[in-house]
Amino acid sequence: MVTSRRKFIKISALGLGGLVTASTTYKLFGANPILDAAVKDNVAKKLARSATYCEVCFWKCAAWAYTDEAGDIKKIIGNDDDAHCNGRLCPRGTGGVGMYSDEDRLKTPLIRTIVDGEETYREASWEEALDLIASKFKEVKEKYGPESFALLKHGSPGSHLEHLFKAYGSDTIAEPAYAQCRGPRETGFGLTFGSWVGSPEPTDIRDTKCLVLIGSHIGENMHNSQVQEMSDAIDNGATIITVDPRFSTAASKSKHWLPIKPATDIALLLSWMHVLIEEGIYNKEYVEKYTTGFNALKANVKPYTPEWAYGITTIKPEEIRKTARIMAAAAPSVIVHPGRHVVWYGDDSQRSRAIAILNGILGSWGNRGGFYFKEKINIPKFPHPTYPEPKWGWHNLGEKYPFAEMGITSEIINATLEKDHTEYPIKAWMVAGTNLINTLPQREKTIEAINALDFLVVIDTMPMEITGYADVVLPECTYLERYDGIRSATNRTPSIAVRIPAVKPKYNSKPAWWISKQIGERLGLGDYFNYDDFEEVIEWQLNKLGTSLDEMKKIGVKNFERKSGPLFLKEGQEYQFYTPSGKIELYSQQLADKGFDPIPVYTPHPEPPQGFYRLNYGRSPMHTFSRTINNPNLSDLKSENTLWVNPKVARILGLKKDQKVWLKNQNGVLSTFSIKVRVTERIRWDSVYMYHGFGHNNKKLSRAFGKGASDTDLISKTVVDPLMGGTGLRGNFVSILTENPYKNSEI
Amino acid sequence: MRYAMVIDTLKCVGCSDCVVACQTENNVPHGFCRDWITEAVSGTYPNIELELRSERCNHCDNAPCVRCCPTGASHIVEGGIVLVTANECIGCGACIESCPYDARYQHPDGYVDKCTFCHHRLEKGQLPACVSVCPTKCMYFGDLDDPNSEVSQLLKNRKYKTLAPEAGTKPHVFYLI
Amino acid sequence: MQEELFTSGRNIPNIDPSLQIWHWPISLYLFLGGLAAGILFFAALFYILGKENEYPAAVKVATIVPPIALTIGLLALVYDLTHPLYTWQLYTTFRIESPMSWGAWVLLITTPLSFLWTFSFYRDAFPKIEAKLNVFKKLKFLDKFEKFIISNRLYIAYTLIPLSIILGVYTGILLSAFNARPLWNNAILGPLFLTSGLSTGAAAIILLSKNIKERHMFSKIDLALIVIEIALIIHMIMGYHAGSQVHLEAMELLVGGEFTLMFFGFVILLGLLVPAILEAIELLGFKVPVVVPAILVIIGGLIFRFIMVEAGQLTRYLY
Repeated sequence: MVTSRRKFIKISALGLGGLVTASTTYKLFGANPILDAAVKDNVAKKLARSATYCEVCFWKCAAWAYTDEAGDIKKIIGNDDDAHCNGRLCPRGTGGVGMYSDEDRLKTPLIRTIVDGEETYREASWEEALDLIASKFKEVKEKYGPESFALLKHGSPGSHLEHLFKAYGSDTIAEPAYAQCRGPRETGFGLTFGSWVGSPEPTDIRDTKCLVLIGSHIGENMHNSQVQEMSDAIDNGATIITVDPRFSTAASKSKHWLPIKPATDIALLLSWMHVLIEEGIYNKEYVEKYTTGFNALKANVKPYTPEWAYGITTIKPEEIRKTARIMAAAAPSVIVHPGRHVVWYGDDSQRSRAIAILNGILGSWGNRGGFYFKEKINIPKFPHPTYPEPKWGWHNLGEKYPFAEMGITSEIINATLEKDHTEYPIKAWMVAGTNLINTLPQREKTIEAINALDFLVVIDTMPMEITGYADVVLPECTYLERYDGIRSATNRTPSIAVRIPAVKPKYNSKPAWWISKQIGERLGLGDYFNYDDFEEVIEWQLNKLGTSLDEMKKIGVKNFERKSGPLFLKEGQEYQFYTPSGKIELYSQQLADKGFDPIPVYTPHPEPPQGFYRLNYGRSPMHTFSRTINNPNLSDLKSENTLWVNPKVARILGLKKDQKVWLKNQNGVLSTFSIKVRVTERIRWDSVYMYHGFGHNNKKLSRAFGKGASDTDLISKTVVDPLMGGTGLRGNFVSILTENPYKNSEI
Repeated sequence: MRYAMVIDTLKCVGCSDCVVACQTENNVPHGFCRDWITEAVSGTYPNIELELRSERCNHCDNAPCVRCCPTGASHIVEGGIVLVTANECIGCGACIESCPYDARYQHPDGYVDKCTFCHHRLEKGQLPACVSVCPTKCMYFGDLDDPNSEVSQLLKNRKYKTLAPEAGTKPHVFYLI
Repeated sequence: MQEELFTSGRNIPNIDPSLQIWHWPISLYLFLGGLAAGILFFAALFYILGKENEYPAAVKVATIVPPIALTIGLLALVYDLTHPLYTWQLYTTFRIESPMSWGAWVLLITTPLSFLWTFSFYRDAFPKIEAKLNVFKKLKFLDKFEKFIISNRLYIAYTLIPLSIILGVYTGILLSAFNARPLWNNAILGPLFLTSGLSTGAAAIILLSKNIKERHMFSKIDLALIVIEIALIIHMIMGYHAGSQVHLEAMELLVGGEFTLMFFGFVILLGLLVPAILEAIELLGFKVPVVVPAILVIIGGLIFRFIMVEAGQLTRYLY
């Protein structure tokens, strides 16, 4: 048995009599090695480690989970050989322990039932729950076709369930990570460079001379290697330019912070292009060799002088010129960062286009200190019969948005609501690893859609809000307790990482691969799941890749040689971009063909009316969205969010630090809970800011319930990106209430 | 040998990884901490400065906690590390009152607990957990008596400060500014 | 605007947002220690001076208080420890720089001595109680023991003089040694608490004395002590006033802050000025019930300890 300091003291307290005499004498004769050893070592001695990759966020850093002899996970440490973390996890990865130990976890399958006229859940066996789900799968297929069963997912469980859905015949699949997050930048960069940005972003930050962040708050988002490389860049003396109406952490590390008026970024970007082109300091050779449409661009941005932009962005013309010249001097070793969560104002693909074009005329794509050519390993597919061809799928739902390249969650909601008068009716959902209530805007609409469903099954590790709407809830075990697919991500060098269970699943929880297989077998799709344990799949794949499960258990991560050629362009090298023209498209014929602006233009967005403030939100470095707020380790770090208010606003409204306030948005939607005020200079007077993810309203989340307010509560208005269906979330305005609006309506 | 920690506030993003790494490494009970992050904002929008600091026991040369401890539970070991021997501690709280950094707390089991510079890791030749995990690599740890150590070099070449120097404790956590 | 806040990892109970490790038992203990020190000092002093019959309350009767006070004080102290089963660790070492170690050892010696002292006067001062209890008749060896103590009483008295002064000073030094708490961190606190302890001791003697001459004597002593105490308090506040920012902030707690009413109302006015005036009036020959100033002094001394312990924990260097 491991003797920790705590245990030792508890034991010794019982035998105090003996200890008094023993210890008194020992002190007279010097140190007692037995006692000292017992006290000094408050850390378990014998820890076994097993390879995993983190699932607290999407960065998926490879790590080692350390387990003590009692089979308890004590700590998680980054894998030194992994390019995602370089041996250093972020706080959420380190605190991943809490995901496993959280006593609020879902423990057993639950089925909705009615007791005394009230809807409630009853505990069920896996057998019963899976049988019920399988019967619903069959029912939907018979009545409407398999396409009417939609999968909404996030993270690793998604791929197992995607396999199930495709085998079943449904391609109605979407994840909020696209239309509520990074979709627009993939469209913008895809149209320009013919390549998605992808994850991790192929930005060579560590070697850059100039890093430009447009509302991207690296350091508050803990995208691990990005944060690490930004720190390296600071060490290397890189100039950081941050454009943000809020004084973000990144802004505090920047030589130039441009406190832009919210929603005017495109004006600044166009003006920067204007300066670069008019002053002739853009990367001429690069533009000449690799781009097309420069003349059209030049003509287009001619009117956008810094003086013009000043009136819109409130950034002084000399600041715009100065920063443009810094970028030009650093080019091509410059990164205008594509950002990650970019669904802001509805013209986000066009803003991402503008960022891509700026990178194009600086020549950063394919150059050291800019963007590298990423590479990844293709994991061989474990053999299974071919998937049936669905009659329709996510493509059809997103037909309105010609440049959508993944399923759009909001369109699945629309199709669910219009199930009776659409050719693509959706009747049932499976939701896995995403808390739609807190990730999708327009909550009322989401709930309306859920109410319109015939059947909803939710798979999660925690009793998130979405589980409360389910007909069946399945408890998934955490990433520390299961096998999952091999991680293969795009990086400088290709690599793979494995996830081996460190411990057995706690409670009655099960891995997603097992759930998929069980449902599949009940549907007669056993051929698609030709294995007893997912371990066999990984082993087969690893053997194909020239390694083995045993080796990977020992090393966790394997790095491979690059095969696609060098990381960067060689001087004068010919290069085919994956665009229709084979060049970087400064002018986009694809957009023109579909009737969109081929070169981005600035359009003004609504501004907050009198008495209202723009609701801005962002990431706390200690949490991943709303998923981790209840994690005991991470809740210790940050248990609730605050409302950032400029001191001027605080003076006008008479707000004090830590005062509780409620928020009401332009549509009269109230925040469910109060939020404490933080009076700070870090925010503009026309906006308020809060960390996303707080304000949980499910009481089963004992640490997270009622802590802080939810920004999602208040995002009832969205502006949809006409290119790819992204939902712009930053056009909501709130007023601050100091009186409890629920005072008279409490039950 | 004189251990010291040097923290570069120009790189720290306040992510609090050091805090949670300490918690898992040292079994710090929930609701308590041996290290923490402080944020200091000064100026007026848009001319603002922000400083983020990872703070902990300063392992002072002139350690008031060691001086006032009536049992010798608080003591200084090789390298200048201030430690508490749990089963010599009576929980009188004198050391907590004496610390200008509020770096100590009463463990739920009664004794007083604090940062040990991860003494148990140093013995194995490892860095303190907080330093080894920091994603921004803003924390440095080493021997001040060795003029060539990274920490000595940083303090020689960069501008730095310590916390509450007026308390006269001669702290050994340094902040590069 | 200046802003400083914890991003993460704080809000530790009893430390954030303000330090509250020491509660009422410490205040009570400091008060009782001072009271016991005062009485023991006067008892020993007047015994050495050979005035035991002139001042019977001081030398004999009032000495019933220190053993009880010290016992309650020690119990309060141990009650406030969070790791009390290890209290014995105090006596495995002597830490010369630690006031608490000094206190532990001084108490270890003083407490039994105070019991012996009271014991030696037990039959002399409390014949009625002995007549009821008949302890000496029941336990024959006590006679021998009493004789032994009485024959050594002078040595005990010589020992008690320095011990009681150390004890009295210690109650102040215990706090003033903490330079992290600007309110406590001044050299005046030791003499101030000693003076206050002597003053409450004198007041206790007045309360227990039935002899007008003795009462007058201790009224004079108490008056002098109160004057010294007021001077020391003024000195202390001037010290804060001339100090650094943290000392100014500490002073503000007592002068113009949340403790002002308690401090000026109960300690300065009711605990020092009013009793001083009453005692002076009484010495001038007016009829004043002497119980009143004595009780006021004792209550004032108690409240003073509470204020200093509570307020001191609010003062700090950082955050």
